[in-house]
Amino acid sequence: MAAVTYRQALHDTLRAEMLRDENILLIGEEIGVFEGSYKITAGLLDEFGPRRVRDTPICEEGFVGAAVGAAMLGLRPVVEIMTINFSLLAIDQIVNHAAKMHAMFGGQVSVPMVIRTPGGGGQQLAATHSQNLEVFYAHVPGLKVVAPSSPADAKGLLTAAIRDDDPVLVLENLALYNTKGEVPDGEHTVPIGTAQITKAGRDLTVVAYSRAAAIALDVAHRLETEGVSVEVVDLRSLRPLDRQTVCTSVRKTTRAVILEDDWLSYGIGAEIAATIAEGAFDRLDAPVRRVAAAEVPLPYAKQLETAALPDAAALTRVIHETLDATGFTAHPTTPAGG
Amino acid sequence: MPEVLMPRLSDTMEVGTLSRWLTHEGAPVRKGDAIAEIETDKAVMELEAYDEGPLTRILVAEGTTVPIGTPLAVIGTEPQAAPDQPAPEQARQTAAPAPAPPARPTEGPAQTLPATAEPSAPARGDEQEVRTSPLARALARQHGIDITTLTGSGPGGRIIRADVDEAITRHGGQPGAIRPPTAPEPPAGLAAAHPTPAEQAEDDEEVPLSTIRRLTAQRLTQSTQQAPHFYLTTVIDAEPLLAFRADINAQLGEPGPRISVTDLLVKGCATALRTHPQANSSWDSTRILRHRRIHIGVAVALEDGLTVPVVHDADRKPLTQIAREAHALADNARAGRLALEDLSGGTFTISNLGTYGVDHFTAVINPPQAAILAVGAAQSQPVIRDGEVAVGTTMALTLSIDHRVLDGATAAAFLADLKTLLEHPLGIVL
Repeated sequence: MAAVTYRQALHDTLRAEMLRDENILLIGEEIGVFEGSYKITAGLLDEFGPRRVRDTPICEEGFVGAAVGAAMLGLRPVVEIMTINFSLLAIDQIVNHAAKMHAMFGGQVSVPMVIRTPGGGGQQLAATHSQNLEVFYAHVPGLKVVAPSSPADAKGLLTAAIRDDDPVLVLENLALYNTKGEVPDGEHTVPIGTAQITKAGRDLTVVAYSRAAAIALDVAHRLETEGVSVEVVDLRSLRPLDRQTVCTSVRKTTRAVILEDDWLSYGIGAEIAATIAEGAFDRLDAPVRRVAAAEVPLPYAKQLETAALPDAAALTRVIHETLDATGFTAHPTTPAGG
Repeated sequence: MPEVLMPRLSDTMEVGTLSRWLTHEGAPVRKGDAIAEIETDKAVMELEAYDEGPLTRILVAEGTTVPIGTPLAVIGTEPQAAPDQPAPEQARQTAAPAPAPPARPTEGPAQTLPATAEPSAPARGDEQEVRTSPLARALARQHGIDITTLTGSGPGGRIIRADVDEAITRHGGQPGAIRPPTAPEPPAGLAAAHPTPAEQAEDDEEVPLSTIRRLTAQRLTQSTQQAPHFYLTTVIDAEPLLAFRADINAQLGEPGPRISVTDLLVKGCATALRTHPQANSSWDSTRILRHRRIHIGVAVALEDGLTVPVVHDADRKPLTQIAREAHALADNARAGRLALEDLSGGTFTISNLGTYGVDHFTAVINPPQAAILAVGAAQSQPVIRDGEVAVGTTMALTLSIDHRVLDGATAAAFLADLKTLLEHPLGIVL
């Protein structure tokens, strides 16, 4: 097990899978000669050649459509869309074709393709380049949507996505590319549709995914010293959604806060809140709270952008409010002998 | 067209459990047919059909507990607005759920950043509304606590788990325990599996709550919360009573019933109540009902709760008949075969723990009755007889009284007469 960056984990996984299965090819803008905007595909053109690493023109609908066709005919394309903001240009191919082929042709064809695309704000890229559009795709039956928060999950979920016979969107996050973490050596897959409890806790459950899951974990560790035991559920997979793990956790802790980078209204958090209401209602001691991005087009100005995105301070405040509302008294841990 | 409703089978019944369907959908039903078995707080009863026709639809699954008046099935043509099958969770929910506070809308330029869904506390015109967390409500229901009697310490006076836990602890229970749901949970969406029941703390084992245990808890909680109890204790010389019992049993011989101390107490109380009708009364919400007939209940401990079978008209029955009836009732109680009439109508209750060697105890009034007599063991004690210390046999009697119905002097007069009767037991049979 070695500590590598999220970026490196994605690169290594692509390479390993391409070595394993010669039907895998990469398609996307500037992924070959330029080695990808985020250098995930660095060196792959040299190693696998232009038949398997295809640079494309700026035409998202065209190359995603080509990937759908290639997948129907037995190849396993991994498409890189430079950012999720550009996926809107290909949304007809993704939602109307990739997602539906299997059902509309009575199961005679499958679409074993992967769309990798990064999203998220915080890079001063302004409103049209900083969006979290995951809910657009998580809403659609026929698609699978995963959002790894750690290098290990990046490897495990991308591997599972490439080997899946249905279209899978792997949503990366710009803010995570340089984060480091231990990644299991060799074969490592994370089953799509399984959430992970990244920290066990007793008093309150935080549900999050992607960058927010990393924030949640950090906050949970810090609150531990205040005597608050927070359990963190990292969804990892937005569709299918692991409702059972969420409900089991909330039934145990009786309180829930959801942290998400996307907008509040109609967001993933709304789905999680509804899931908790359906599966854990009679164990809730407080209303489910959501912490999300401000409902504005993300500003360019750094201070405004920072203020619009949910952060550890906002999560901590809402956790405290939820605990206070249910008469919770924290028992700070004191140093041994203190 | 006709709906079969959950009937009210006893005065205290609020909910009933559909324990078994005796027929199935599509089967023809005639008037008077037993179509289902209903488990009430007291007994299992057969539900008879009042209408004829095919049983068109079963609305409540076996094992489901629903409030009285809930449609259970439809016989014949469906009603115009046939109610959908109530989800078990909904059906078990008897308290009105408090609406969750809506999230404050976060549109508009004046919002704070970042947006969080903050629960606001909307002002409600309806002051009767009880604001509770779902967990608090579930725990209260579980422990038989009337949630409307609690004061909430959460935001806007919301009753939260801490408030219910405190109430449970006050009544000697263990806070926080909750029974896993007996009915399936509502599915969390199509793709969702049912969430598993809450994990229990490893040190605790959860005991499934039987209907009778739940009802016992509920009614005794209600009694201690609502009836202002006071207690009077007297110690009687039990020697004449025991000698009298031995005499009678010798007289009755083998064939006759064996008279127990409890039988003598039943007859004794019934006799004393005849001259103290105030003690043979009930508190009925706002008024006192004085009962002309005397029906004595005897508390019987079962494995999963208490039951109180009743000897009706105990003042008019000879001792031998009381003994036969009381023994049959106790046997049937332990076998779970009591009929509804065996449990109904009690006007006074006796709880005898003397056989367990208990010296003296106080009992909780069996509502709505005015009093209950707690009987301790007859045992050898030093007594003063003619100014000398001697060895005697005594027995402690403690009367718990509902102060709304009876005052100290009235209750004391009853207890004094009872003492005299039991110390001169011939009076019991005269």
